[in-house]
Amino acid sequence: MTKPKIAISWNSSCGGCDESIVDIEDKILDIAAKVEFVLWPCAMDFKYDHVRALPDGDITVSLINGGIQNSHQEEIARLIRKKSKTVVAFGACAWLGGVPSLINLKNKEELFKSSYLESISVENPRKTLPAIKSKVDNCTLTLPEIYDTLYKLDDIIGVDYYLPGCPPTADLITDLFLKLIEGGLPEKGAVLAPARSLCISCPRNETKPDNFEIDEIKRIHEIIADPEKCFLVQNLLCMGPSTRDGCGCSCIKGNMPCTGCFGPADKSDQGAKMIGTLGSILKGSTESEADRVIDGIADPAGTFYRYSTAASMLGRKRKEDR
Amino acid sequence: MADFKPKIVAFLCNWCSYEGADKAGGQKLNYYAGIKIIRVMCSGRVDPYFVLKAFREGADGVMVLGCHPGDCHYRKGNISALKRMRLLEKMIVQFGVERERFMLDWISAGESEKFQKTAEKMTSRILNLGPLKLEGYVKRKAAQ
Ligand code: SF4
Ligand code: SF4
Ligand code: SF4
Ligand code: FES
Repeated sequence: MTKPKIAISWNSSCGGCDESIVDIEDKILDIAAKVEFVLWPCAMDFKYDHVRALPDGDITVSLINGGIQNSHQEEIARLIRKKSKTVVAFGACAWLGGVPSLINLKNKEELFKSSYLESISVENPRKTLPAIKSKVDNCTLTLPEIYDTLYKLDDIIGVDYYLPGCPPTADLITDLFLKLIEGGLPEKGAVLAPARSLCISCPRNETKPDNFEIDEIKRIHEIIADPEKCFLVQNLLCMGPSTRDGCGCSCIKGNMPCTGCFGPADKSDQGAKMIGTLGSILKGSTESEADRVIDGIADPAGTFYRYSTAASMLGRKRKEDR
Repeated sequence: MADFKPKIVAFLCNWCSYEGADKAGGQKLNYYAGIKIIRVMCSGRVDPYFVLKAFREGADGVMVLGCHPGDCHYRKGNISALKRMRLLEKMIVQFGVERERFMLDWISAGESEKFQKTAEKMTSRILNLGPLKLEGYVKRKAAQ
């Protein structure tokens, strides 16, 4: 029997998703013995031409992490799609845009300004900005085009499965590999974690009284968090109610509230769900009382869509040039 | 913008605001025909998702109208709506959607004139703001 061919690729990623595959430790060696890797830019030395030379549909499965923010990433993603039978959007960035898609609340100009001109660690007296083409001596140098919007992977190519997490947990990754090798994957289009909210498996859920109110939102460094009580009851924002189950409550067990990396629990919108939840538990019955508590959430979009701006209902900041 | 015909989606609670709008109709009080009314059982039933979806699918403005505080038939649905919508308004601004494109107000079953005035106020607000055209984020055709 020929070994299944696997490609792993990255886009607008931090490298954490690749790292998480290595983190499954000795199991990776068992897996490596059963599969043939054909691409893994982060860990192995293959060239894209090697992939180009493969027949279409030759790769059994490709795990792609990161959303798409430039023309190079788009080109490679399309190439891999063409060469693969199955594509998995691996991690929050590929599935939902992830943290980098917070850039969708800004524009490309603002991104360039802050990254290449104003950031305190940048020294750029000639105010050089990335250009698609630039002349140096007699040569023309080219760079990929950076897009104004960060797209989630399935805005650009067809995706068969989605693996949540920033990054996905070792258990989920091992399970994915096992199912890829031995079969047992669900119907295409599935998100590979339970479609229910994190609170359902959270050990602190039982400490939630039937009725409680948040009268002032605190941030985690401002109080000493009780290690057993639901964070919301302690006036701390926890994204558990609007976040998909499946991480094993990693952050909660470390006494940190959930920030939402497993994405929405259903086809809804993570921010809308969280606003819905908070409406029922924030204290206040007049506009000014409500606003007083809401003032404690300085950046609602960044808090509720920390990992899913590209997948949010509004998707990006409205463009002014119309 | 002379030919701009705003699309306004209005969620009206069954027990007060919808009655108020109905009464306005019965009294032949005119209001802008581009206001599309959706009856819901309570303003507290309006999931923020509905509002975002309306904007995404082409609404230039969205209204949520419910019973006056203290009059909600489910006791506090409108108070939850108030808190949700205040927070939602704060968030849509971060996406470049003006706060004024959204309105939450209270209309009782008898307030047909208030309904008319509120509808007209929202219409002129949206006429002033112009079309929303929330198409900065264009989903591209995915290659299969
Ligand atoms: S999902 Fe998280 S770990 Fe993976 S690339 Fe994105 S930011 Fe990094
Ligand atoms: S809100 Fe957070 S701490 Fe509370 S039950 Fe849900 S996941 Fe657990
Ligand atoms: S607790 Fe929340 S943020 Fe932490 S790993 Fe789980 S889903 Fe992600
Ligand atoms: S029934 Fe009218 S707002 Fe609740």
